[in-house]
Amino acid sequence: MIEVKNIHKSFDGEEILKGIDFVFETGKTNLIIGESGSGKSVLLKCMLGLFKPEKGTIEYDGSAYYSFTDVEQRELRKEVGMLFQGGALFDSMTVEENVMFPLRMFTTHRRRELKSRVAEVLKRVNLEGSENKYPAEISGGMQKRVAIARAIVNKPKYLFCDEPNSGLDPKTATIIDNLIQELTRENNITTVIITHDMNSVLEIGENIAFLKDGVLAWQGDKSKIFKTDDETVTDFVYSSDLFKKVRNAQLKGH
Amino acid sequence: MSYVYSIGEYFLMIKGVFGRMTKRAVLKELIFKEINELIIGSLGIVSFISFFIGGVVAIQTALNLNNPLIPKALIAFAARQSIILEFAPTFISIIMAGKVGSFITSSIGSMRVTEQIDALEVMGINSLNYLIFPKIIAMLTYPFVIAISMFLGIVGAYAAAVLGGFVGSDIFLSGLQDNFDGFHLVYAFIKTFIFAMILATIPAYHGYYMKGGALEVGHASTTSFVWTSVVIIITNYVVTQLLLS
Ligand SMILES: Nc1ncnc2c1ncn2[C@@H]1O[C@H](COP(=O)(O)OP(=O)(O)OP(=O)(O)O)[C@@H](O)[C@H]1O
Ligand SMILES: [Mg+2]
Repeated sequence: MIEVKNIHKSFDGEEILKGIDFVFETGKTNLIIGESGSGKSVLLKCMLGLFKPEKGTIEYDGSAYYSFTDVEQRELRKEVGMLFQGGALFDSMTVEENVMFPLRMFTTHRRRELKSRVAEVLKRVNLEGSENKYPAEISGGMQKRVAIARAIVNKPKYLFCDEPNSGLDPKTATIIDNLIQELTRENNITTVIITHDMNSVLEIGENIAFLKDGVLAWQGDKSKIFKTDDETVTDFVYSSDLFKKVRNAQLKGH
Repeated sequence: MSYVYSIGEYFLMIKGVFGRMTKRAVLKELIFKEINELIIGSLGIVSFISFFIGGVVAIQTALNLNNPLIPKALIAFAARQSIILEFAPTFISIIMAGKVGSFITSSIGSMRVTEQIDALEVMGINSLNYLIFPKIIAMLTYPFVIAISMFLGIVGAYAAAVLGGFVGSDIFLSGLQDNFDGFHLVYAFIKTFIFAMILATIPAYHGYYMKGGALEVGHASTTSFVWTSVVIIITNYVVTQLLLS
């Protein structure tokens, strides 16, 4: 469980986050949604300690992250998997080396064991056969999947994904969503996903935070998002006609 | 004010580099990679420049020696002195600020803008140590580059002077040994060592703390070249004052 309390963060005098409170639950896929530029990535980076908010606290299973010592922070970070919005793959390493990297850094397994673990994870993201390619030699969607593989290879206790399925075709996007949800349940981890993809919201939205103008404008799960009358939410979620139709059909059905 | 801030930030960076160490086996690999990229990769251009500059120094000295009372051996003496004291250590280091320095800035800078450095930090890795420490260690071998440069510079001078018909081989070789002061070599290698540390860390600083996108990576490399050269030139002046005068 990760608890975010009263987070304030500004850049150059402009307040991006204006006091966010939210509880990200263990064993569930927690989603952060909101318009582009609403501060979703900034919130995630505050949770990871990459940005220091001016005010507020983050608690990992009850202990306050910002009062951790260096050693405690490092120990925590070994249990964190993070998928960056742009992938952040190491350009100078092959796909296999990228995925193997966290294992090499923090485990003492033999090379053969590492290789088999990497192969296993690459298989889960449908990327067998690309082990020896460099990030620049594979497509954007493939890079994304490599980045996901790297985030989950060390079996993290806390998994953060910044738009895991942007740039993926619908089929692969669904595979990735399901994979993340499976991992979350299998290992009972705390997963935080930023997404723009309404498919994901409706599929794996077990606990949703909707950010607007720097505040938490709505929270709930996917069943509630169908029923809510809150216009800021419906405006955002059902901005496309297709989804409006789906919603109307759903509402009639109930 | 912002200069003071940058200087402070630079020294904090150095402190961070020697902070928590990356896993040994990984560091070892990184160091070999850096030696290959920074040092071995520069040998070609350094050899080429040294040989021809050595030749030009000899020809210039020869052409300007019109007074029959000055011995021709001076050509070798002058070439040796200027190559050992300045051309090899200082001139080559400025070239390296362009070659190795921009490479360091742009490679670390592009890791910054594509969040690869954040990725290292999130994994609990000391990114300063991981990225910069291997470069500093690799640059400890930089004096070998300068030794090669000195040697080839003198070979170039010999070739130009003797094969160019300005002076006989015996006279050149004896001039080469005239008044040789071992301390000059010590001085040259002390400078070289300091330049090596400058070449590894100042470009790294410009890459690590850069902000923005791909365009800014280009800017950062240029700024890094300017600052690295300026610091080398000033350090050269100070060290020469301290050691030789
Ligand atoms: N390092 C930074 N320095 C200055 N401003 C920043 C920085 N990072 C983010 N911002 C600003 O914070 C705001 C929110 O950015 P953020 O990246 O969190 O958006 P987002 O909700 O993730 O959008 P998207 O869905 O497009 O990824 C933006 O206005 C951005 O300009
Ligand atoms: Mg974002």
